[in-house]
Amino acid sequence: MTALIKFFQTTTFRLSMTYFALFGAAATVAIAYIYWNTTILLSRQLEQTIQAEIQGLQEQYKQGGMAQLAATVAERSQTPGNSLYLVTDSRARHIAGNLQKVSPELWSTVGRVEFVYRRPAEGGPEKRLAFASVFRLPGGFRLIVGRDIEDRREFGRIISSTVLWGLGVMAILGIGGGYLVSRNLLSRIEAVTATSRTIMSGDLTGRVPISGSGDELDRLSQSLNDMLDRIEQLMNGLREVSDNIAHDLKTPLNRLRNRVEGALRDPSGEAAYREALERTIEEADDLIRTFNALLSIARLEAGAAGKTLEDVDLALVVKDVAELYEPLAEEQGLTLSVDAPDGVMLVGDRQLLGQALANLIDNAIKYGAPVAKPREAKSDILDDISVYVRHCGEIAEIAVEDHGVGIPAQERDRVLKRFVRLEASRSRPGSGLGLSLAAAVAHLHNGEIRLEDNQPGLKVVLGLPLKQGGLSLELNNRASA
Amino acid sequence: MRVLIIEDDLETSDFLVKALGECGHVADAAGDGEVGLEQARLSSYDVLIIDRMLPKRDGLNVIETLRSEGAQTPVLILSALGEVDDRVNGLRAGGDDYLTKPYAFSELLARVEALARRSQPEEGETRYVVGDLVLDRLSRKVTRSGEAITLQPREFRLLEYLMKHAGQVVTRTMLLENVWHYHFDPQTNVIDVHISRLRSKIDKDFVMPLLHTVRGAGYMVSDSAD
Repeated sequence: MTALIKFFQTTTFRLSMTYFALFGAAATVAIAYIYWNTTILLSRQLEQTIQAEIQGLQEQYKQGGMAQLAATVAERSQTPGNSLYLVTDSRARHIAGNLQKVSPELWSTVGRVEFVYRRPAEGGPEKRLAFASVFRLPGGFRLIVGRDIEDRREFGRIISSTVLWGLGVMAILGIGGGYLVSRNLLSRIEAVTATSRTIMSGDLTGRVPISGSGDELDRLSQSLNDMLDRIEQLMNGLREVSDNIAHDLKTPLNRLRNRVEGALRDPSGEAAYREALERTIEEADDLIRTFNALLSIARLEAGAAGKTLEDVDLALVVKDVAELYEPLAEEQGLTLSVDAPDGVMLVGDRQLLGQALANLIDNAIKYGAPVAKPREAKSDILDDISVYVRHCGEIAEIAVEDHGVGIPAQERDRVLKRFVRLEASRSRPGSGLGLSLAAAVAHLHNGEIRLEDNQPGLKVVLGLPLKQGGLSLELNNRASA
Repeated sequence: MRVLIIEDDLETSDFLVKALGECGHVADAAGDGEVGLEQARLSSYDVLIIDRMLPKRDGLNVIETLRSEGAQTPVLILSALGEVDDRVNGLRAGGDDYLTKPYAFSELLARVEALARRSQPEEGETRYVVGDLVLDRLSRKVTRSGEAITLQPREFRLLEYLMKHAGQVVTRTMLLENVWHYHFDPQTNVIDVHISRLRSKIDKDFVMPLLHTVRGAGYMVSDSAD
């Protein structure tokens, strides 16, 4: 019962009921209009026919009196058709005509009248409807001229039964169809509801089934699934961050604590305390730096940062950052070249783009020193590190190339993850967050980060869409403004 | 220098009052936005240090109110929110500088002193002179003991900023923010290399160094040997 009520409450069912009511009303009105007009037309024809008959009989009467009238009536009565005649004397006795008997009420009226008469037929006399004019003639004679209108009544009956049957069929089809459509729709909606329940209960892997018909419900399901993918991704990101914090922040925190404890137990006095404290501050600073980087990445990945959008000239950013790092490269005995044509503009966050590029150049300086090689082999390499901006259709590419040891192909995806540091780099300072941050910045600009083999060395490319990239960010920005 | 600290964490403000006092400054503390606003109105301070999130009245609101009343006192905003847009909002509200928690005291001190200097009407100066080092902002020329020194444009700006704050400690972050206009953490200390390059140009052949490294804090241009 409740299931049935649920059907009646669905939008589809209500919609089909509304359509049924509207179509039913429209059909009824249309048929009624046709019926009404036809009736008027038929009545007019009837009137005219009777009038013509009367006129003819009147002339006969004028010419030959009662006798000729009776003769004409008798003659006309022989012709088969719908015309009805009756001539009687003052005592209502039949003189001529195809009507045999009429009721006394009809007899006493004068003028137009509708009445029922009996007509002989194969299965005995049948009652039929007629319409007639009754005249009194001098000498008590009566003349009745009329026509059988049973067919017209039949027509009315057909019309009304058509309307009734039509409405009946429509009601059945409407209710039945509505029921079927609602049931179909309801089952699909139930699937969505079930999925959302699963997710609410904590299982984020549930997805809405897609029928494959590509209809609006499928599209809705698809975008719900996309949304769920995004949410799952964010949740995983969050989980990853907490795991990272557990693993990579607890260790230095513990080290810091040990140092302070050790200093407390150290009896050698102020100089030792001072040194321990200074080391502690340094370690705290490192921790803060790591923590900040983690927070930035998390915020970038959640799309919560980078709302300070402006038109950014990539050439300017690249030149600025390269200039910032150039002395450092030189100090390490590396040359750094920049090739940045003017006018590659995109809407983005200058600070974040600068930071991403700074991380890439910083990495190149740390790990990109050319491995020792025979002189002649090195001669075709112009610069140890080259940074360039390129404009490839709708995409702007910022690339940092070095000729160091590079990263093996199977490790390239992994190094983009937080805190991942390759064995070779473990001994050097760094948090393992630089590439993660650069990747997050690229994604925020709807772009991507690619790690390629520079033969030898590493080539990191930030591919940033020139137009659409800024657009979604801009929408974000507007919404939050 | 008189400093007002509006900060709801008592331990932090006690520490700041004490530490600023040790550096020769007079600091008062206020525990919430309302009290802080009243105190800032009543007496005159050289710098206000305002925490962004305060009870009773939000830090940004305190700054906006003071600015709308015509107060010009420089404000350093302290905040746990460190993203670029938070910074922009803070500066838009009328703050002059923005420092993200957690911070080093040396960083805070350097910034407070730089702000106090900013409030003195020296902006229009066209020449900075420290000892025998002269920087002409109009002709963009630098001389030491009358000898011309050739600097790259960025080196010029770096020296300009250092000399503008002559006698004050300038931190690496301040340099990155004010000379390169970047607010991120460059991991490796790139600023140090720029400084040593600059130092090799202005100090190399002279007995008396002018560009000093202040350990654990930053750099300072000064002609007093310490």
